[in-house]
Amino acid sequence: MRVLVREGLFTDSDPPALHGSRCTACGKTHFPRSDACPYCAAEDPEPVELSRWGVLWAWTAVTAPPPGYKGEVPYGVGIVELPEGVRIIARLTEADPGALAEGQAMELVVVPLHRDDEGNDVVTYAFAGAP
Amino acid sequence: MSAAVVIAGVGMHPFGRFDGASTTDMGVVAVRAALREASVGKGGFQAAFCGTAYGGVATGHKVLSRLGMTGMPIVDVEAGCASGGAALMLAAAAIRAGQYDTVLVFGTEKMPKGIIRSSFFDPWQEEAGLAATPSFFALRAQRLALTSGVTKDHLARVVVKNRRHGASNPDAMYQKETSVEEVLASRVVCEPLHLFMLCSPNEGAAALVLRREDPTSPAAPVTLAAAALRSHIPGPVLSESTPLAGLADDPVPAPTTLAATAAYEEAGVGPEDLHVVECQDTDAARELGSCEELGLCPPGGSAALLDSGATALGGRLPVNPSGGLLSKGEPLGASALGQVVELVRQLRGECGARQVEGARVALSHTVGRGANAGVVILTR
Repeated sequence: MRVLVREGLFTDSDPPALHGSRCTACGKTHFPRSDACPYCAAEDPEPVELSRWGVLWAWTAVTAPPPGYKGEVPYGVGIVELPEGVRIIARLTEADPGALAEGQAMELVVVPLHRDDEGNDVVTYAFAGAP
Repeated sequence: MSAAVVIAGVGMHPFGRFDGASTTDMGVVAVRAALREASVGKGGFQAAFCGTAYGGVATGHKVLSRLGMTGMPIVDVEAGCASGGAALMLAAAAIRAGQYDTVLVFGTEKMPKGIIRSSFFDPWQEEAGLAATPSFFALRAQRLALTSGVTKDHLARVVVKNRRHGASNPDAMYQKETSVEEVLASRVVCEPLHLFMLCSPNEGAAALVLRREDPTSPAAPVTLAAAALRSHIPGPVLSESTPLAGLADDPVPAPTTLAATAAYEEAGVGPEDLHVVECQDTDAARELGSCEELGLCPPGGSAALLDSGATALGGRLPVNPSGGLLSKGEPLGASALGQVVELVRQLRGECGARQVEGARVALSHTVGRGANAGVVILTR
């Protein structure tokens, strides 16, 4: 079966969704959800689902497996800016930095990471170039 | 006005890889050297602060137990890359407050090999591939390229400059010069960063004896004019606080700028008054970003600053004359104090081939996970 790398961060649905919060005091949106707004410390921000579409702001690729990582290399890592004014750090499905460009349209997807000891496919959120 | 704090002695265990030496062994070497220089023995200091991130429980106690010098408060301080800066800030504040006359500050570290594994990250972040330290460095480097016109050639030339400086530093891990071609021929770790553009996590120790200045005795040559530590203000997605998200509209100062502003105010100097700087160069782009955040050049001006030759030995404001972390490597708990030891020696005129002539005002800077940023200003 498929299991999320971390419960509560996103929904593994079609389409998928990232779970953020919006502060009712300052209006800023953040990810992941937290007990208080990281920007103004107001308590109990309201849960929201973030936009699935954004534009690429920065990107690279990891070429050697870092500690604690069991998936394949190379893999892409980047930052996508969403319309609600949030920049998200995420895996990218594109592992060739030369194939990406600043400002290009990106779409939220869910991708497999590795199979765990109990035979589950561990999945995480990522961004792919939008068609 | 509160009492001036002077540096009465410094000591180092070289930075590198020392398979036979423990964290404690290296700390003993550095502490013993600093105490000897300061002519301080058992009972001669009233407190000790030890910077370490990977040392484990009671690292400072283990070093001082070996030297037979315990009984006073011994406090281990962890603040990531700025651990030593944090220890120095606490020690200086305690002396200024009149709590102690003489305080020992040291840092000792033995880092695991390879990419730094940090307990800062949750296990799922490692599992998802979102805890690779060089990837964050690379994303910052790419943004610097977009905002400051920094090219791969600039990044390579930072490495060449620092390795040239480090070639005459007997405490550095790499004492061999390199070339732009050799840097660019090393493998890509995370585009645009090649292996030679990243510092090596390693091992080493550094120590200082701080003392309240005694107006009745001859002044010690080097004064600790400021030691500031700051954490981050949330907003920037690439902050050293390593968040999972940030704001598109993020006009808040970096932790380095917060610490530098506080240190300049405490010391009563500005960036234009500096003669020599040791700054965080965990990767080549970090040195350029540090120059901007410390106010050594205008925002976006770091590539031009490098191009001008100002930051090389012989230039207007040499940056990392020790060779920086790119030459020395980075033992987290010791790296900030290693910078301060270098600057004390620079201000005393003891640095031989890498001496910055006539240096009288010096600044050191570290920043890392947390976020933690430390800035120290020394004068003579």
